[in-house]
Amino acid sequence: MKRRDFLKSMTGVAAGALVPAPAIWSSAKAQSRQETLLIVSESGPNNLDIHGVGTNVPGYEVSWNCYDRLISHEMKTGPNGVPYYDRDKFKPELAEDMNVGDMSATFKLKKSAKFHDGTPVTANDVKWSLDRAVSVGGFPTFQMGAGSLTKPEQFVVVDDNTIRIDFLKKDRLTIPDLAVIVPCVVNSGLVKKNATEKDPWGLEYTKQQTAGSGAYKVASWTAGTEVIMERNDAWVGGPMPKVKRIIWRIVPQAGNRRALLERGDADISYDLPNKDFVELKDSGKLSIVSTPYSNGVQYIGMNVKVPPFDNPKVRQAVAYALPYQKIMDAVLFGLAKPMFGAAADKATEVAWPQPHKFNTDIAKAKALLAEAGYPNGFETTISFDLGFAGVNEPLCILVQESLGQIGIKTTINKIPGANWRTELNKKVLPLYTNVFSGWLDYPEYFFIWCYHGKNSIFNTMSYQSKECDNFIDSAVNAAAIGDKANYERDVKGFVDLAFNDIPRIPMFQPYVNVAMQKNVSGYQYWFHRRLDYRALVKA
Amino acid sequence: MLSMIGKRLAFAIPSLIGVVIVTFLLTRALPGDPAAYFAGPAATKEAIEQIRKKLGLDKPLIEQFVRYSADLTRGDLGSSLTTGQPVATEIKNRLPASAELTLLGLIISITIAIPLGIMAATRPGSWIDHLCRVTTTAGVSLPVFFTGLVLVYVFYFKLGWSPAPLGRLDVFYSAPPNVTGFYLLDSLIAGNFETFRSALSQLILPAATLAIFSLAPIARMTRASMLAVLASDFVRTARASGLSPATVIVTYAFRNAMLPVITTLSMVFSFLLGANVLVEKVFAWPGIGSYAVEALISSDFAPVQGFVLTMAIMYVALNLIIDILYGIIDPRVRLEG
Repeated sequence: MKRRDFLKSMTGVAAGALVPAPAIWSSAKAQSRQETLLIVSESGPNNLDIHGVGTNVPGYEVSWNCYDRLISHEMKTGPNGVPYYDRDKFKPELAEDMNVGDMSATFKLKKSAKFHDGTPVTANDVKWSLDRAVSVGGFPTFQMGAGSLTKPEQFVVVDDNTIRIDFLKKDRLTIPDLAVIVPCVVNSGLVKKNATEKDPWGLEYTKQQTAGSGAYKVASWTAGTEVIMERNDAWVGGPMPKVKRIIWRIVPQAGNRRALLERGDADISYDLPNKDFVELKDSGKLSIVSTPYSNGVQYIGMNVKVPPFDNPKVRQAVAYALPYQKIMDAVLFGLAKPMFGAAADKATEVAWPQPHKFNTDIAKAKALLAEAGYPNGFETTISFDLGFAGVNEPLCILVQESLGQIGIKTTINKIPGANWRTELNKKVLPLYTNVFSGWLDYPEYFFIWCYHGKNSIFNTMSYQSKECDNFIDSAVNAAAIGDKANYERDVKGFVDLAFNDIPRIPMFQPYVNVAMQKNVSGYQYWFHRRLDYRALVKA
Repeated sequence: MLSMIGKRLAFAIPSLIGVVIVTFLLTRALPGDPAAYFAGPAATKEAIEQIRKKLGLDKPLIEQFVRYSADLTRGDLGSSLTTGQPVATEIKNRLPASAELTLLGLIISITIAIPLGIMAATRPGSWIDHLCRVTTTAGVSLPVFFTGLVLVYVFYFKLGWSPAPLGRLDVFYSAPPNVTGFYLLDSLIAGNFETFRSALSQLILPAATLAIFSLAPIARMTRASMLAVLASDFVRTARASGLSPATVIVTYAFRNAMLPVITTLSMVFSFLLGANVLVEKVFAWPGIGSYAVEALISSDFAPVQGFVLTMAIMYVALNLIIDILYGIIDPRVRLEG
């Protein structure tokens, strides 16, 4: 080889080595790229265990995929053809079969089920986990209570592979409540070893690592940066998941999440602004799935304890003055299900949420306000949670403008996310917008929390009505004993009352929007609205 | 000299104690209620009370403060609720990320701003002076997140030259063994050039964003102080003695003009370290700025206190270093206690 040629080829090699790889995936990584799903989202978990103190919603997603429950839901086809969890059909997960008796349910465990560390799952683990859920306090205990699961004595170990759950009372929500995220089964042997006197349930240990039997296990977690999950190849809770590895990166900037999707670097993202989703949908490069929140509504609430909103006429006037369609178009870009403007002759359905009959009608609103004794309107403040400013801020500005037309002058009060719940809890905000959605998709469940006179935190309006309480209580009892006729009468009764008294004005059912690459399929909608990795497939 | 340093450090102790007290009180004065925030979306009043008890927030303020100070002396900054990790570990992990980014940004900025400032000062009113004025004004008037987003849009989204803005490393690289916490240095120490390249390519855009923003103070300060020095008698004497213009400018003028520039540098550095929150957000950078802001938004006391304390210590250390540098650059400056 001549000296000159040698130099030439060397510079060629050197230049080649210097050229950076254009995409983030270099060719050597292509294989693992195939088997890995890259998820980007705005925020990540603060705790890997849903039983922990103050576990945030992203933490629920980890728990859902890394732990098993006794039972789970079957899938059905939901609105717009997306697989959607079937509220009424259960399938065994850790259990092999389920036998529901009159006042108890018995579960036989799968004998082959093993925790991530290889120890078998026994009825003692199940009991310990359920005891833990009803004892640790805070959200998990509260959620268990929603299904009348409150005492450790309710969970009885029959033998190594059988557990019986005794009912405190007949409650239609008990079995569904066993299929939510909270009653997950924890490796009690492992966690007890790492528990301390101050922390008998080992919450500090499970905060940092997963100790379950689920389809995935957390391989590494850097708080605020990423979570890496590996598939558990010994999983017996269902069909073996297709994706071997999940990398979940936290990308706070919405614009960048969109860029990552459009460049094909990220596989899935949710929580993008509605406008981005609409544009992505139109561009057709990605598959976008929009599903309405189950049992969830964004509403305008009014404090019915203090004037002027103690007057139903004023509340109806506001309901006629809201710019519903403008909000749908300009704030949500059509990505929500309208909950207003039902036809005047439409019969009330036995369902929740369902649209009410109010529509924007400024003349009628003015007349109602005059009838109520406020012909010149009044002044008030409208509050919203800054944590969801993307929707709430433009929404409140539109409401402010529209209420101005009937003489109600509003000042907008922006409340930081950290402070929002505290303020709601005080129940002094006169006018505000908020979202409520329940995991358990039953009308009476929604109404117990939001309209019942026992005044839970979600009855943000402090609405008290004996008549409404009677309907709700009666519906709960009718459901427990399967009395269909009375149940339907009661549900229609409380829905009608909620729309006549209108202490809160439902506006729309928000959508869960998920954007995926075209080669990713298998997305399922769940009541918790987070991703189920077990069904996802990457072609 | 050593005794001077000791004296300076001793003087810093009261201010640090002050910082501890003030941040403690300030975080308590925040309007949010952490118990309500962390009790979850479906909490009852009792659930919130249970959480409050668990967090020790039901105790009187004095007791909380005593416990906090006792933990501090053991080096325990408490635990963050938003990330679930001990604050000390988080800051230890995140500080190098911010420091590496800021230092690189500052180095880029210095290599552009100082020559630009010197050239502008030697030829006031010329095209280079105008160029200096225009670039610095533009750089400082563009908000950092905007510059960052534009850079991402052009170099990642449109051209595809830059890697995805996903933090310090590509998703498929693992971090080099931890020695300094600076990925560039650590990967070199480990001899892993692929990781080095990945880390460097991730760093370029955010560092450039910071550099663009910090050009202005450095270049303007260099220009102003050079102008003053160039007009002084000893420079005229040097010129009259027939020294070459390069010797006059670099050896005599610039060395004397450096003091204010160094002061500006220290200001810019400490400012960037805490204030590059937006850059960290745009580039998903796991630094301390974004950490502190997240914590603040969710009324998470411990990280906020830890962050302020860390920044206070850094300021003290930085000022000390700058003072020592003064003495080295200009022997006339004495390090006073």
